[in-house]
Amino acid sequence: MFHIEVHTIDYVILAIYFAFVLGVGWALRRHVNTSSEFFLSGRSIPAWITGLAFISANLGAQEVIGMGASGAKYGIATSHFYWLGAIPAMVFVGVFMMPFYYGSRARSVPEYLKLRFDEKTRGLNAIFFAIMTVFSSGISLYAMGLLLQTLLGWNFTFSIMVSAAIVLTYTLLGGLTSAIYNEVLQFFLIIAGFLPLVALGLKDVGGWTGLKHKLELVSVAHGFAPGAYSHSWSYLGSPAANPMGVEWFSMVMGLGFVLSFGYWCTDFLVVQRAMASESMSAAQRTPLIAALPKMFFPALVILPGMIAIALSQNAGHTGFALPPKPDGTLNYDLAIPMMLGHYLPSGILGLGLAALMASFMSGMAGNVTAFNTVWTYDIYQAYIRKGESDGHYLRMGRMATLFGILLSVAAAYAATRFNNIMDMLQLVFAFVNAPLFATFLLGMFWKRTTGHGAFSGLLVGTIAAAIHHGLTLPAGAVAGIKGGWLATLHTYPSEMAQNFWTAIYAWTACFLCTLLVSLVTRPRPDSELTGLVYSLTPRPRDESARWFERPVVLAAVVLGLVVVLNIVFW
Amino acid sequence: MGLDIRLPIGSFFALIGVILAAYGMLSDPSIYQRSLGINVNAVWGLLLVVFGVLMFLFGRRATSRKNPHE
Repeated sequence: MFHIEVHTIDYVILAIYFAFVLGVGWALRRHVNTSSEFFLSGRSIPAWITGLAFISANLGAQEVIGMGASGAKYGIATSHFYWLGAIPAMVFVGVFMMPFYYGSRARSVPEYLKLRFDEKTRGLNAIFFAIMTVFSSGISLYAMGLLLQTLLGWNFTFSIMVSAAIVLTYTLLGGLTSAIYNEVLQFFLIIAGFLPLVALGLKDVGGWTGLKHKLELVSVAHGFAPGAYSHSWSYLGSPAANPMGVEWFSMVMGLGFVLSFGYWCTDFLVVQRAMASESMSAAQRTPLIAALPKMFFPALVILPGMIAIALSQNAGHTGFALPPKPDGTLNYDLAIPMMLGHYLPSGILGLGLAALMASFMSGMAGNVTAFNTVWTYDIYQAYIRKGESDGHYLRMGRMATLFGILLSVAAAYAATRFNNIMDMLQLVFAFVNAPLFATFLLGMFWKRTTGHGAFSGLLVGTIAAAIHHGLTLPAGAVAGIKGGWLATLHTYPSEMAQNFWTAIYAWTACFLCTLLVSLVTRPRPDSELTGLVYSLTPRPRDESARWFERPVVLAAVVLGLVVVLNIVFW
Repeated sequence: MGLDIRLPIGSFFALIGVILAAYGMLSDPSIYQRSLGINVNAVWGLLLVVFGVLMFLFGRRATSRKNPHE
């Protein structure tokens, strides 16, 4: 098995990184005196900081390892997760939705649902979200422990205990501010650690021209037209023409619309960063500022995967190749970690490893800070102990941080023994998340939407997702966790196509159900909905004087750039 | 919020940059075979020093503007 050799200098760099992360928490410890300071940073952080934290919180293990793996498996079409998925959704949440999230003074996304709809809709969302964040952070811990064990020979328990302890310490000390500040440090570190790797890999593969040429060989070897790995749109005409097995409609509707808007516009993990910013204008700018570097992240996380597969098919000067798995297929998940070990000599290797650990830790801290807020405000304060002092909720928030991390560690261990249960849980989360955006869209832009409509829409949407999954199967899969557990009525060309269509069905079911139920139930009077619904809320005025800081201007720049990127790599 | 984040980020990268650059100049050149003959420690270390120092200076300027008496 491939093994990365780590020297003293690399450990020194890792140790310095850990010391700084803890130091930031320590320096902020005196600034946390109220629950609002702990959970929402007292709404006082400038937009550029919350913007960078907005990206980092999402830049967890799944993103770095998963996007590298997808780059190797599917080529540049993986960039749709960014240029079709994330960026337009981030623009939408900044320009159109932030006025309600920030303007309503809700302290969390579930609390917005309570203000807009009713208690039961909030409860449903809060409970699922709390469970989901704890398990996501557990799965991320598990992935990290496993990776460090495989690559560096580190003890599984040691790796996850150390990372969990560090995240726990800095979040307990400085609350959300500490998590956000460290996410900004992690943002720069991830760039500093991965950029040299990409540059060396690209040089080895013969630059962009060499990469394109070698990817053509990969395409042909997999039975596709030569350009299938180096063009993002050209081969989306039919699922058989591209390695993803997806056609343009389900790509645009399933990934671009339902899944991406569902995640970036409603997930409290990212929205919390914007809620912590210092003004309405800063909250609106948060996802827009985040979108600017985000759209270039494919170069850091997808490109290495593409280089890895190109070199595996047709070796470069240094003989890099992905290792095979026991079943003979290439182990795509190791694309980025293997390149770290292959190209980086000791010294800068420490920086690369620190970047990898930073991505794991920022993802975990993001989950934990979102969990403790939803637990304390939306579950504990709402259903367990109402009307206590602010200090009481601050203490509860600290306890929730500790319990959240302990539960994540427990989930990480559970994952080592019951892998199937983890897969099933992730499937259930996908069912619950798929319809969410329909609820928010109707809630924010149609004042007639009622609480009963929203609640029943969410349930029906989730059930529709489950039924669709139960009735369909990706080609070549066996009925069970992959689908078809009710009957197999339809076979999709790939698992990704099945996921996109599950999302489309769930969204549509939720949308229609919310609409119909709202029409037959009594709406809330307009006076109660000011600040919560588009037509009843005065447009936020840009208090910032400088024209380039206006959200609409930024949004236009971001969209313009992303269109250019799509065309360049068409 | 009491701490300008550019100060710790600047110091972190300046420190890491100095360590990498120094290591790059002292280390055995044969370890750079894997990085295609480029001394990435020295090159990247120096760039990180520049980035770190700039970040730190921006942070200092903003802090002293906010608290002129400190």
